[in-house]
Amino acid sequence: MLFKEVIYLMQKDFLLEWRQKYAFNGMLLYVSSTVFVCYLSFGLRSNALQVPVWNALFWIIMLFTSVNAIAKSFMQENRGRLLYFYSIVSPQGIILAKILYNACLMLVLALICFVFYAFVLGNPVEDIPMFLLSILLGAIGFATSLTMISGIASKAANSSTLMAVLSFPVIVPMLLMLIKMSKNAMDGLERAASLDELLTLLAINMIVVTVSYILFPYLWRS
Amino acid sequence: MKKNWWKILTVLLLVFTVAVGMLSDVPRLAILNETIRNLYFHVPMWFGMILILLVSVVYSIKYLRKPSIKNDIIAHEAAKVGILFGVLGIVTGMEWAKFTWGEYWSNDPKQNGAAIGLLIYFAYLVLRSSFAEQQQRARISAVYNIFAFAALIPLLFILPRLTDSLHPGNGGNPGFNAYDLDSSLRLVFYPAVLGWTLLGIWIVNVKSRFELLRQRLYENV
Repeated sequence: MLFKEVIYLMQKDFLLEWRQKYAFNGMLLYVSSTVFVCYLSFGLRSNALQVPVWNALFWIIMLFTSVNAIAKSFMQENRGRLLYFYSIVSPQGIILAKILYNACLMLVLALICFVFYAFVLGNPVEDIPMFLLSILLGAIGFATSLTMISGIASKAANSSTLMAVLSFPVIVPMLLMLIKMSKNAMDGLERAASLDELLTLLAINMIVVTVSYILFPYLWRS
Repeated sequence: MKKNWWKILTVLLLVFTVAVGMLSDVPRLAILNETIRNLYFHVPMWFGMILILLVSVVYSIKYLRKPSIKNDIIAHEAAKVGILFGVLGIVTGMEWAKFTWGEYWSNDPKQNGAAIGLLIYFAYLVLRSSFAEQQQRARISAVYNIFAFAALIPLLFILPRLTDSLHPGNGGNPGFNAYDLDSSLRLVFYPAVLGWTLLGIWIVNVKSRFELLRQRLYENV
């Protein structure tokens, strides 16, 4: 039952996205202009950025992109539609569908961002599959924690400021792990070296999803 | 009087901590010297902060299960006292770090974790102040409180263990047990932890009773 609900809700989100492409295209433009601004402001040719700087810059761009992309997930729904959902589906279905949808969205955005970023600023990554794995984990992690935060922020008056304020401290542990893991991948260290970070990231994701699953019904009621 | 025994205990413990902590003999160690006495003041702040924030989370959970103004007020006041302890912990730690590590802020994972933890609870206060309606404020901030605490656990307990830290007990630095943190230090340290934590609970108790009375007064006016 829950599974079916999740599938239907995700279908609806994808369909909406497909019909009114402005959100996705907007984010795409956001990513590419940010990368381009970085390129211009560093004023450099390819491969001139040091590895830690390259890495940190990439994750900062990812962070802001995801905050902006996911902030929309509850704010764009109008009152009538929320009321309609409230009467026909369970809150657990909604949060799971939103998390999965946002994870897919973030994954696509992150991959495009990586390709464009590597194209413009040079690609010093030595172990590409490992780096892609860290992007995958990052996209899922950002999606899980930010979806819940966006639900909380959408209830308040000044939601866009609140979104940033609430999400940054929550997301920092994840970000630190990701930066370390992708740094390992960039230096081409053996993969066992990143195992600690990988497991911790998975554990954080599990905690966040479980807590969101339990808490969302209380948020939904108002 | 019978119900107040723990308040007397708090006062006695804190008097004991300050008096004995300042006057007793401490092990002579290089670099640390007399600053080792900070163990009685800095470290208990963190124990107190974690425990009081735990109280706050417990009352947030209680609020979601059974909404009442009292639970919300206690969760709020406990979060504020937790922030107070956190700020004191950071200030005492920075002062100590200036003399032992040579820098107020040396990018230590535990220092960063503490700063981020404080940011989370400042965000909690900002979130609270952005709702006008009381029930909605209570419910949504309870949700955020629980969510943030769940995110704080890996930050405080897992990350510092994965990375090197300047703090005792991490990254090859000797911890409690390696030194002669002999019984003379322990004798003051454990009462200090208990005393400061009880003081925090006392503050929460007084402030939430005061807040409840104020709410009731406003309702009647």
